[in-house]
Amino acid sequence: MSGSEIEQLVQLLAKLPGLGPRSARRAALHLLKRRENLLEPLARAIAAAAEKVRACSVCGNLDTRDPCLVCIDPRRDAETICVVESVADLWAIERTASFRGRYHVLGGVLSALDGIGPDDLNVGGLVKRIGEGGIREVILAMGATVDGQTTAHYVTDRLQGAGVVISRLAHGVPVGGELDYLDDGTLTAALKARRPF
Amino acid sequence: MEWSDDGIVLLARKHGESSAIVSVLTAEHGRHAGLVRGGSGSRMRGVLEPGNRVRITWRARLEEQLGSFTQCGMVANVSAGLLDDPLRLAALQALCAVAEAALPERERHGAVYAGMLDLLGTLDSVAWAGGYVRWELALLADLGFGLDLSACAATGSNDNLTYVSPKSGRAVSASAGEPYRDRLLALPGFLIGEQRDPGVGDVAAGLALTGYFLDHHVLAPHGKALPLARGRLLDRLGR
Repeated sequence: MSGSEIEQLVQLLAKLPGLGPRSARRAALHLLKRRENLLEPLARAIAAAAEKVRACSVCGNLDTRDPCLVCIDPRRDAETICVVESVADLWAIERTASFRGRYHVLGGVLSALDGIGPDDLNVGGLVKRIGEGGIREVILAMGATVDGQTTAHYVTDRLQGAGVVISRLAHGVPVGGELDYLDDGTLTAALKARRPF
Repeated sequence: MEWSDDGIVLLARKHGESSAIVSVLTAEHGRHAGLVRGGSGSRMRGVLEPGNRVRITWRARLEEQLGSFTQCGMVANVSAGLLDDPLRLAALQALCAVAEAALPERERHGAVYAGMLDLLGTLDSVAWAGGYVRWELALLADLGFGLDLSACAATGSNDNLTYVSPKSGRAVSASAGEPYRDRLLALPGFLIGEQRDPGVGDVAAGLALTGYFLDHHVLAPHGKALPLARGRLLDRLGR
């Protein structure tokens, strides 16, 4: 039906999140129809990303520079580190533009199911950063899941005696959320984490 | 094929982009797995956390198929209440991981389910640690490897029972076991009703006892090892 190059393109596109074989075929056709203004720039962008993007040796963020732009930005608060599970979580917090400190990407969470133990996470790098001094607060921004909070407790244990304030994200009622629609777990967490008003 | 049952979520493994393969310990159908469509999505992820109590409907064309949990509604969110407590969270994970590893699939184990339900209800009380060890003992008994802690295997008396024989799984008194103490497992008093609130050392000894039999008789024959989550619970208890 079509050449092996097109088939290969379709097969690779089908591996992307959100795309199956049918939508990959549509995407491939779309790219091939817009060769100059989409296919070739995309090919160049992918090649450049493959060549230049690396994990930051300080925080684990993905960037073309090492240390990454977040780590070398002098306008950021160097005394506060926000610990996240993945780069996707880092990007999510950056989108809010409400945090101006620095990050540390663990690269996952402790998971008995997937066999991910403490040695598989970048906790040693965090301990080393804090040991070098100059850090006042560590914010644990893991998901409100059993694995996420197990990881948060583990990191807290590792940082005991390091002389830093350890805080974690609040769990509770989302902005715009009505109590009637919340699950009982979220409501329980919100009640437990209530504060003077 | 279709049935509905109450259950406790043991694990949820992401499948594809949005679904999850979920293992549930049910009241009437034992440990049973099924596909939950949308199980990795934001709406269902919180429901499928380990330890949560759910009401499920399983459906498949043939009984031997994996099948789907077409309905999976939360009955009680147990995990959310324990997120702030590292020790109890470790106990919850160990509980689910041990049940997942030790119980055969699709075989009814009503006593284990009932014990787990009781334990989930008491995880936020001070009595949970002793209850956890007793649950593992009940699990061993239900799987056919029950320990006989009623009388000494050597003398027949029930005075001063201090050890358990790793070979027979029977209690041994202090005097009869003394010459072999290096080869015997310690029997903490709370397992034979000598004390109500066991200390950390007693609980650790109880876990070492049940862990030995779980490992050697239940898991090792199937090429499995004790779950990592159980090891983390022991680490936390030791602190």
